[in-house]
Amino acid sequence: MLKVLIVGATSAIAEATARRYAARGARLYLLARDSERLANFARDLEVRGAASVTTALLDVAQDFNADALLATAHAVLQGIDVVLLAHGVLPDQRACEQSVAALRTAFEINTLSTLALLTPLATQLQAQGHGTLAVMSSVAGDRGRQSNYVYGASKAALDAFLSGLRNRLARHGVHVLTIKPGFVDTPMTASFKKGPLWASPDAIAEGIVQAVDTQRDVVYLPWFWRFIMLVIRSVPERLFKRLSL
Amino acid sequence: MHSSGWGRHPTIETITHRPATRQGLTRALLDMPAAVIARGMGRSYGDASLAAHTLCMTRFDHFISFDIERGTIECEAGITLAAIVQLTISHGWFLPVLPGTGLVTLGGAIAADVHGKNHHHDGSFSQYVDEISLLLADGSLLRCSRSEHSTLFHATAGGMGLTGVIVAARLRLRAVRSSFIEETVIASKDLASTMALLDEHHGATYGVAWLDVNHGGAASGRGLVMLGEHLSDGALFSPARRPLAVPVDLPPGWLGRPVTFAFNALYYRRGARRKACRRVHYAQYFFPLDALHEWNRLYGKAGFLQHQCVIPTLAARAGLAEMLKAVSTSGLVSPLAVLKGFGPANHNLLSFPQAGLTLTMDFAMSAATLTLFARLDAIVVAHGGRLYLAKDACMSMATFRHGYRQWEIFQEIRERYGALGRFASLQSQRLGL
Repeated sequence: MLKVLIVGATSAIAEATARRYAARGARLYLLARDSERLANFARDLEVRGAASVTTALLDVAQDFNADALLATAHAVLQGIDVVLLAHGVLPDQRACEQSVAALRTAFEINTLSTLALLTPLATQLQAQGHGTLAVMSSVAGDRGRQSNYVYGASKAALDAFLSGLRNRLARHGVHVLTIKPGFVDTPMTASFKKGPLWASPDAIAEGIVQAVDTQRDVVYLPWFWRFIMLVIRSVPERLFKRLSL
Repeated sequence: MHSSGWGRHPTIETITHRPATRQGLTRALLDMPAAVIARGMGRSYGDASLAAHTLCMTRFDHFISFDIERGTIECEAGITLAAIVQLTISHGWFLPVLPGTGLVTLGGAIAADVHGKNHHHDGSFSQYVDEISLLLADGSLLRCSRSEHSTLFHATAGGMGLTGVIVAARLRLRAVRSSFIEETVIASKDLASTMALLDEHHGATYGVAWLDVNHGGAASGRGLVMLGEHLSDGALFSPARRPLAVPVDLPPGWLGRPVTFAFNALYYRRGARRKACRRVHYAQYFFPLDALHEWNRLYGKAGFLQHQCVIPTLAARAGLAEMLKAVSTSGLVSPLAVLKGFGPANHNLLSFPQAGLTLTMDFAMSAATLTLFARLDAIVVAHGGRLYLAKDACMSMATFRHGYRQWEIFQEIRERYGALGRFASLQSQRLGL
């Protein structure tokens, strides 16, 4: 039986992913901020076929004790096969240009809390000699653009960290997956105008589960973002700085 | 944000509230500066889910409980019917009533009291709903059923969201032994023979006729009568296919006379020629259009209107013939039309189905279409029929009151539960509700 730990479990993509694992009969441990949503979601996953669902509250914007948290999760699940770190915010770029506090909060939630969780998780999975660490990054981390470079930078830091972690853990049988979704139609992007490049959370979840199954290293979701970002990354900086992106 | 129904006409600037918890929903409702209407997947065609403020319910998409022995399931209102069947089918349970798309929410299906191809035997969706959890205007949550707060139950089922916000519901499922349907197709040469065939095959579990309404003259109303039965063999599984999408709004006018004629002629010939009997998966049988994501874009930016009426049995033949004549003299074409028989009405105050025949026709939106619809509405009224609120975008208050005689009782119940002026849509305002 697959044992899955999900942080930020009530995000749209995490929900869709958890549902896919529930349908496989997985044992799930969910962490998120809102107790009512967690309770509702746990019942939903049980109906969908999860072997068991345990929930706990975690607000990554506050100080938290990652060691204690993960020890509990490990004990409840009796081992961990897959970890999905899916928490995050899309900060207001303008606000972050005016206020260092807003900028710090964005990094606190998207970056530092993730690293704080990954550090003890890496030790744990290294010791057990197997498992997958799947982390939500973003195509925005591939290159900073004026419209959302704070978000992009908070994700780019994860990319470098995960690359190093993958390099470290590969010889110990631990799989590290960097997930780079493009535009996804979620509550986080509710106010955006949608076009043909937009994907549903369920389509992203399908890609995540598949990438975990096939032990991919870095996955763009949907797949075509790999090529879009290849083009965006290859524009010379001298030209790029003049574009209104 | 710009918002519209499935037909993309009319449109409105709306503020969408997207709560994710009951607490958040209640707060959003109580803080609302004006009247509000709940909205699910936006699959009603006209203006039933449009208002200056809408409560988007799609984040309430969770299962609550599923009794696999008894076949009862409780879900939050924002879950889609496709998602419900996808889960229940593997346990041998099926939704007893399915509309032509699985992409409607449970709340929307109850509010519109949707029907399917089996209405003549099994009635409409709400008849399998045992309990509705309804958020009232004052922020309280009330469970209503046929035994408790039954008047509210019968106003809410079919009540287009005008009594409160449907938050969750419990329903009864139908046992099946296969995810496959045996489909039988019989071609008919004109309206009279289509009607006769539907009548003759009344015993079939599912029955509906695709209709070619664009042919004037003798062949007007020729069609393909499609019957269906649940099979008892074949695996119980849900489809994994991902729908194709219409990526852009197609230019207006391409679905005009030549394309519509050609499509209908080809479809008729293909159906008439195909082996009469075949096995199809339930998703393909019930939700053929769901395979084409955002198919409403085929009609271009201006959108389209759907006219769906029911005409009582005795007046049906004369009424339908007159409607087809009105269509052919209008010079407009309907790319898609469907005819089916209804069984008796239920006890809900605003539910659409009643014993008779229901005709559904799509038309690209234009000024001429509105003129034609006024003409069609008059024929429906003259024959004692009524129009489906889930499809309607333009009927008059008088047409509504003619068709829905119990509207005053509906208003009294709304008043009793404080819903008047608190829950309203563009449609309810147009219809004087």
